[in-house]
Amino acid sequence: MVDVRTDFEGDSCLITINGEVDASSSIYLDEALEKAVNADVTKILVDCQNLNYISSAGLGVFMSYIQELEAKNKKMVLYHMSAKVYKVFEILGLHQLLTIVETEEQAKTGADEI
Amino acid sequence: MKYNYKVPCCKDQLQSVRDFVRTTLGNYTISDVEMHQLVLAVDEVCSNLMIHSHQCNPKHSLELRIEIDDNKGITFEIYDFGKGFNFKKYEEPCIKQIIKDRRKGGVGLLLVRRIMDQIDYDFHKKSQRNIYRLHKKLAIQPAIRS
Repeated sequence: MVDVRTDFEGDSCLITINGEVDASSSIYLDEALEKAVNADVTKILVDCQNLNYISSAGLGVFMSYIQELEAKNKKMVLYHMSAKVYKVFEILGLHQLLTIVETEEQAKTGADEI
Repeated sequence: MKYNYKVPCCKDQLQSVRDFVRTTLGNYTISDVEMHQLVLAVDEVCSNLMIHSHQCNPKHSLELRIEIDDNKGITFEIYDFGKGFNFKKYEEPCIKQIIKDRRKGGVGLLLVRRIMDQIDYDFHKKSQRNIYRLHKKLAIQPAIRS
């Protein structure tokens, strides 16, 4: 089960993920990211503090927006990720293709570097 | 020790598969990172079979067996009926190409391969069942509870 919240503030979109993203729930993450990518914002901040589990379906959602974000000149930053979830991104080398930082502050600073 | 679990082929049952693996492995000394990876490997194989071999038909089921040996490590076996898939022969996709194609899937079995030390597929003629076997070498001990 997962709960994905989307909040818009100025030129940013904050996505908060609570729970587990798997093959049955990744659709909710996909809907939130689609909304953010198509909105009039330049920064997408993804709070992963309560993301307790992610499978390939969730990774696939993040991967599928990389090109579109670049094309639209938008920056996505993931932050507050636990070590166990970070490790899964690392196994596929996605930690080098996505911007993942530790704190919300770093995420906001990172998102400014477009 | 051996543990068994039978689950219908519905994606919304993946949570119960993960809960079963967590509860079982939770009886042993295992780190959060290792736990997440092993749960993930089982989840990926089960979701692949549910979706591609069984078209999410809840009348079909998968059977999961977990065998834990202090010296050898952890072995997961997933049994099903129907058309088998030799996941050992599966070709690894290119991550950069998946990103370029904006595809949302295709990396599940790659994760399984990178997490586990050995994967095997067998067809058991007598029972007409497919067996998907995942093994991880891991020094594991029963957890001491206070």
